Formats: sequence, C-alpha cells, structure tokens
Amino acid sequence: MNQIENVSRRGFLKKLGISSTALVLGVQLPSMLTIPKALAGVVGTDKFIPNVYVQIGLDNIVSIVVHRSEMGQGIRTSIPMIVADELGADWQKIAVVQGLGDKKYGSQNTDGSRSVRRFYQPLREAGASARMMLQQAAANQWQVDVSETSAINNTIVHEKTGRELSFGSLVAAASELTLPEQSTLILKAKKDFNFIGKSDVALVDGKKIATGKTTYGFDVELPNMQYAVIARPPVLGAKVKSFNADAAKAIAGVLAVVQLPDLEEPAVFKPLGGVAVIAKNTWAAIKGREALAMQWHESEHQSYNSDEYKKALATSCDNPAKILRSKGNVNKALSEAKQVLKASYYVPELIHVPMEPPAAAAHFHDGLFDIWACTQTPQSAQSSVAQSTGVAAENVNINVTLLGGGFGRKSKPDFIVEAAILSKQLNVPIKVMWTREDEIQNGYYHAVSYQKLAAGLDQQGHVNAWQHHVAEPPIGSTFSKGADLIGSEADLGLIDMPFDIANVSCAAGKAPAHTRIGWMRSVTNINHAFAIGSFVDEIADAKGLDSKDNLLALLGPDRKIDFSLENAKYGNYGETLDKFPVDTARMKAAIEKVSKMAKWGRKLPKGHGLGISMHRSFVSYVACIVEVSENSDGKIKVEDVWLAVDCGLAVNPERIRSQMEGAAIFALSYTFYSELTAKNGVIEQNNFDSYQIARFADAPTTHVEIIDSDAPPGGVGEPGVPPIAPAICNAIFNATGKRYRELPLKQYGIV
Amino acid sequence: MITLTVNGKEHQFNDDGDMPLLWALRDILKYTGTKYGCGKGLCGACTVHVDGQPVRSCITPVSAISSQNITTIEGLSEQGEHVVQQAWQTLNVPQCGYCQSGQIMSAVALLERKAKPNDKDIELAMSGNICRCGTYQRIKQAIHLAADLATEVKGS
Repeated sequence: MNQIENVSRRGFLKKLGISSTALVLGVQLPSMLTIPKALAGVVGTDKFIPNVYVQIGLDNIVSIVVHRSEMGQGIRTSIPMIVADELGADWQKIAVVQGLGDKKYGSQNTDGSRSVRRFYQPLREAGASARMMLQQAAANQWQVDVSETSAINNTIVHEKTGRELSFGSLVAAASELTLPEQSTLILKAKKDFNFIGKSDVALVDGKKIATGKTTYGFDVELPNMQYAVIARPPVLGAKVKSFNADAAKAIAGVLAVVQLPDLEEPAVFKPLGGVAVIAKNTWAAIKGREALAMQWHESEHQSYNSDEYKKALATSCDNPAKILRSKGNVNKALSEAKQVLKASYYVPELIHVPMEPPAAAAHFHDGLFDIWACTQTPQSAQSSVAQSTGVAAENVNINVTLLGGGFGRKSKPDFIVEAAILSKQLNVPIKVMWTREDEIQNGYYHAVSYQKLAAGLDQQGHVNAWQHHVAEPPIGSTFSKGADLIGSEADLGLIDMPFDIANVSCAAGKAPAHTRIGWMRSVTNINHAFAIGSFVDEIADAKGLDSKDNLLALLGPDRKIDFSLENAKYGNYGETLDKFPVDTARMKAAIEKVSKMAKWGRKLPKGHGLGISMHRSFVSYVACIVEVSENSDGKIKVEDVWLAVDCGLAVNPERIRSQMEGAAIFALSYTFYSELTAKNGVIEQNNFDSYQIARFADAPTTHVEIIDSDAPPGGVGEPGVPPIAPAICNAIFNATGKRYRELPLKQYGIV
Repeated sequence: MITLTVNGKEHQFNDDGDMPLLWALRDILKYTGTKYGCGKGLCGACTVHVDGQPVRSCITPVSAISSQNITTIEGLSEQGEHVVQQAWQTLNVPQCGYCQSGQIMSAVALLERKAKPNDKDIELAMSGNICRCGTYQRIKQAIHLAADLATEVKGS
C-alpha cells in the first residue's frame, strides 16, 4: 500500500467505494452496475479524487473512506483523524464513507490490532498528497511558490498576502495535476497535529448510536427481503439425516425450507450445512425452524467430551511433539536446580458473544451479488462467496455495515456465504440472522488449553531454567483437517516470553480439534499470559520477593530480544524487529508507570490485595495492576484496574482509553465466568444464562495512562486483554493466600 | 388486529399475536433501533418502554400490549436532545454501540423513577443490560451526568 493511484485521472471508477449506495441502507438501491456509468460522466469536473481514501467535492466537503470495519474500536473516527490532519481539513466539513470490499484499499481484514499500525503511514501519505496538490493548484492560480502556501480548515492560504481559496474551489484545477512522488511528500511534524494525538474528537457515529439511527448487519432491510434462520449441525460435521419441511411450512409466514450442502471439512469459511427456514419475518422463521424436527447423522466429533479432553491435554503436555524455543539445556538445569517449581494452568474453550450475532443480507440479481454484512473482512467475504456460488469475486459487492461487536467472530464470513447461497437459489433478497444460541453453539471457538510450567532456582535463588509446555487445538485445524499442533499461536505470548533466563524450553503437544477453532480478541495470548503472568508471581512468592521487584528482576537488563538466537521462529505480528523491537526497557517503563498509578506497595484495607502483570502483544506493551477485595462471604470483587499502555504514538488517545476499559471487562468475563463445555460433541451452553459474561456490578473502575512515545503506532484493540487475568489472580493470592490456576473462577465459589 | 402505538404513532398489527414485540417493531414496523441480543430477556438490548416502564421486548408478546404506549429509542427525542442521549455523546460512552439503545432506555427509566440515583441504584437498574465491549464505567458516569443535566434544565 505504498503506491497511491490517481484514480480520477485514470478514470478508475468501477465499484468506487464512494457512492451513494455505500451510505444509504434501507431504501431501494440502484444496481451496482449503474454506478460507474453515473459517476463516469462527472469525472474531473466536480470531484477531486487524488487517491482511494480521499474525495473532495465542489461543495467543499471532504469525503474520507474508512476501509476498515468499525466494531467499537473507533476506527471510523481514527482514520478520518489521520487523513484530515495531513490534509488540513475542517472536521465539520468531513463526510465519513464506509469503503466497499475492494482490494484497491489494501488489506481490509480488521483483526490483529492492525488498522492504525498498518495504515497510519499510507493514510498520512494519502492526506498529504491531496493537500500538496491543492496547494499546488492554488499556487498556480496565484502565481506564487507552493512553499508559501499552507492548508488549514479546508482552505489553502497564501500567508504573505492573506489570500484564501477553499478546497472546493480548487477541485477542477487540482484534478489536472500530477500526483506528487511518494519521496517528495511532506508530512506534518508531530507538534503541528490538529487531530492526531488529541482527545477531544467526538465519535463519528456517537449521535446516530444515541438516537438509534445506525445500521448494523442485523438492521439491513432490502425491498422484498425475506428472513432466514438456519438449523445447523449440533456436532461439527454431522450431516442432515431427516427433517420435516411440511411442519415448518405449516407455520404462518414461512415461505420456504432449503437444505444447505453438508459441510466437508476442513471448515474454512464454508457454511456448516443444515436446513434454512425462510419466512416473512424473523419470528416465523424461528418458529418454522423449531418445527423442523431435525435428525442428524453421527459425526466423528461426537467423541468430544470436555472432562476427558482436559485430561488428554494434560497428558499431551508431558509428551510435547514440537520444541518451539530452546536455549541452553533446560533438562540439565532443572535436574541440577536447588528448587524446582511446577504449576499447571487451564483455560476452557471460549466464544466471542458480540452483542450482535452474525447477520448478512444478500441480493443476487443480474449475475451479481449485492451484500450487506457486519463483516471484519469484506475481501475474504468476496472470495468465499465466489468460491461457494461460482460468481466471480469482482461481481460480489460487499457493503460493510457497523458491527455490533466483532472480537474475531466476524472475520469468518461463513454467515455471509449462507445468505448468498440462499439468495441465489431463491432469487430474492435474503437476510440470514444467527440467534444467540446459534452463535454460542456453532462458533469458531477460542481454543481450550492446558499448560505445564516448571522453573528451576539455583543456589543463589536465581531462576536459571524455564520450561513451558502447552496443549491446545490449533486454528490450523479449521483450514486443514486433522491439524493437531499449534503454529503461529506460539508467537502469541509463548515463545516470546521475555525473561532473562539461561535455560529455556517452550514446546507444544498435540491436540486434535473437535470444533471449529478460531481467533478471539488477543487469541492465545489469553492462555499464555495467564499462565506466565501467574507463574512468575508464584516464583516471587517462592523467593519471598515483592511481585513487582521479581518481575523487574526477571526481565533483566535493558535489551532488545531476538528470539531467533534461541531457536525460535518468532513472527512479531508480521512486523520487523527493527521497527517493532521486543524491548525490555519499554516493558519495565510500563511496569514502573503502572506502579506509580496504583501506588504499589501502599498499605491496603483488610481483605484487599494488589496483583501485577505485564504483557507485550500486537507490538504494544501493557502493564496492569488490579486491586481486589474479599468480603465476609469469601466473594471477590475487582475494585480497580490500572493500565499503563505503551502503544507507540497514540493516534486517538480517547479511543485507546476506551479500548483499555473494555479490555478489562472482556478479560474479567473469562477470568470470573465464561466457560464452554462439550458433551458428545455438543456445546452445552447456549445463551447468557449458561455462558456468562461480566455485568454492571462486576465492573471495576479502570484507570488508563498512555505512555508518551514517538515509536511507530502499535496495536490497541487487543493488547489490553492478556495481562488482566493473571493480575486478578495475583491480586487474589495477595488478598487471600489462595492461588487459582484454572479459569473461570466461579467454579471456586468466590464470585 | 392489534393497534400498536409506537412513539405516539398508531400502527395496525395483523400478524401472529404471539410474536415478540421486538420482531414486530423491527421486521414489521421497521423500528430497527431496538436490538436483538438473546431472545430470552437476558441481555437487555431489546429494552423499550411500555407506558414508561422498561420492558424486554424480545419476551413480550404483541398480544400483551393492549392500548399501551410503546416508546423506542427513536421516540426518545427528535434530535438526540434528551439529557441521557446528550450525556452519552458527551462522554463518548459507546464502543460498538449495539447494546446502547437498550442501555439508554434502561437509564431513562431509572432517572424517571429516581432523579438522583447513587451508584448502587445504577448498578441495580442496569444489571439486566449487558455490554460486551465493556462500557459500564462510562455508562455509570453518563447516568450521573444526565441526572445533573436534568437538574440544570429544570433549574434554569
């Protein structure tokens, strides 16, 4: 994404992201085919379109394309802040336009905490190149040198003479100019930023949300649209045996019953199969589905029972199939250690439960698809629909609605493919909606994990051996049937353990998958950070050290770690170590910062305890302190959470704070409450009563401080999550003397 | 035939009387500001007011609403000027925003019952509304702010 095309000059308008259809939902929409023609007639006369992200009209309105999906992280505010700042735009004259799925934008896969990390530079360049062309157009008109001009509030100003020209008045002239070379772009200095780094920018969608005028995937209404729910196999891979279509059709309002193709693993992003009930409204569809009396064939995955599976994972940890990091000689060091500490940790299978379950509306007509969906990944939605329906990907138009939460679930477009298949078969617009039960029982799950750790202390009490064995079913199994060994999950907090220890071994045991395994906010960092963050605290206790002092001591001297020197292939979230090093100085600075915030070491009320943890993920650093209290009934409450965040340059501090506040709640949910269990291959939980998450009374006060940094922007959406659970359990230990190694804590009766 | 009065406007409803009010509002009458979250009255995303009382529309059959006034998020104010909506915007409460219609309707009902709620009142009144993004802290602040704003409005 380093090259910026001048699309207006090349007349490149096919499926242009900026179009009225991208803005308007719920009304009769023109066919996508008609749009390029409609816009082709006005190219170069009333629009300045210097690149795919920016469009300026004669009306002086700057349209900024947000090509990433909004799911609560605030990207529809943050991207315009970046572009508008470099452009010199007036925030009141900005129109935010959601980009259609289109590879011209570069990756739109909104996960991995990448939106700002990957697009900060290209978006600044997009804004700067547009601004420089507008400056040049004004300079030409005034016959002055371009260096004498500047851009402010949608206006080019000639400082010497005070002359001004609005962006809108320069549209025609700027459109005739050549794009500046990337190497000649002049970007703003940090001190000149108007929006980047500022906390006073209101949410772009704030008013619409407060008035109920937003459109999520569930809310899409198309003319003549029909409503569908689907009975999916209760066990992965179970094929349809029989169903009673007549009984479903007898329900008033039911229009059709359609059997979907059975799933052939690997699941990838294919529909799970089953039977769809299509109706005049959602209620009739749900009633129709209940009447189907579904019968299913047996599936190999019905052998999945959580109790037995947990035991198998524990055994697998003792027989690792792959060494993932190896430094020194751990076995020797452990055998010679004066003291060996061992502990095992367990995190159950989890699910995303975004408040909006998956939903997609598809309209197949004239050989193409118009689709609206709450998707994190419109481009893989395009390719997945193409693959399942035979319609070419370029004829699959994906409009991205707002997402009512994502957390990784909506980066799997299986639900969009379902809607596409049904619309094509029935030749009407179809909206497929997943009920809460569907979402919980047919998900792409966060992998259950068992972990065994051992540490060896030498004569002086120094930790000189660290062994970490894990067993967790891999995400790879969703893409390659039978895969039973983790891959890049190991890069998420396992092999990048940062402590300065002479002998280290990290290894994984086999774990066959029996459900679709996916990725959920911060992914396996959840498991690994819980185990490591808890275990170091157990080491502190064994050594009689203060938790924070122990953490700093284990991190050792300031250094940038290269894990390849320790026989580990570390992916670093797709970034180079030059740009995003693993820097222990930044880790320690975050720990010191959070300690000041929480006043670590202060005298606490009776029954209170502080716990500390630090974790680097998605190339950002988050240190966390939690204060818990135990009441007279032995119940634990998280009172306060302090988070010190080093995410490099902070583009949208207000949303960084809100992401951290949310991360605390997200992690508190799985620390206290959430657990999926399987019986004979069927997930036993199905709604918020059996799959619990944090509610209002559970919420602590979360205090966030962002460490000032000029390092490139790192991830924000996920890095807040991993250190919370170990900090909570460490705090509980300090308050009560009890160490909990298995989540969720509700099983111990303390919450 | 059932007459549904939504935000002061009468609609004739001529479908299954067992249909939960949620689906009648969303699918039939096209008030999509009211959200589906669980279908079991467990999450509060579907909260509307029936004669001023907060009700989970996903478990309330249309037939149970006889000549009562239904208020949805769309009917709270013309332009988002209700103090609760103002407080929500001032504090940038929402993240994804999906649950916020229900949160706001629960908060409005609380403030109508108790003009100056304390933290415990808020916890109790809001305990049925789940936010997966975790905006509880800001919701609490916003309810306090709305209470202050309402007092200022009355006082001025």
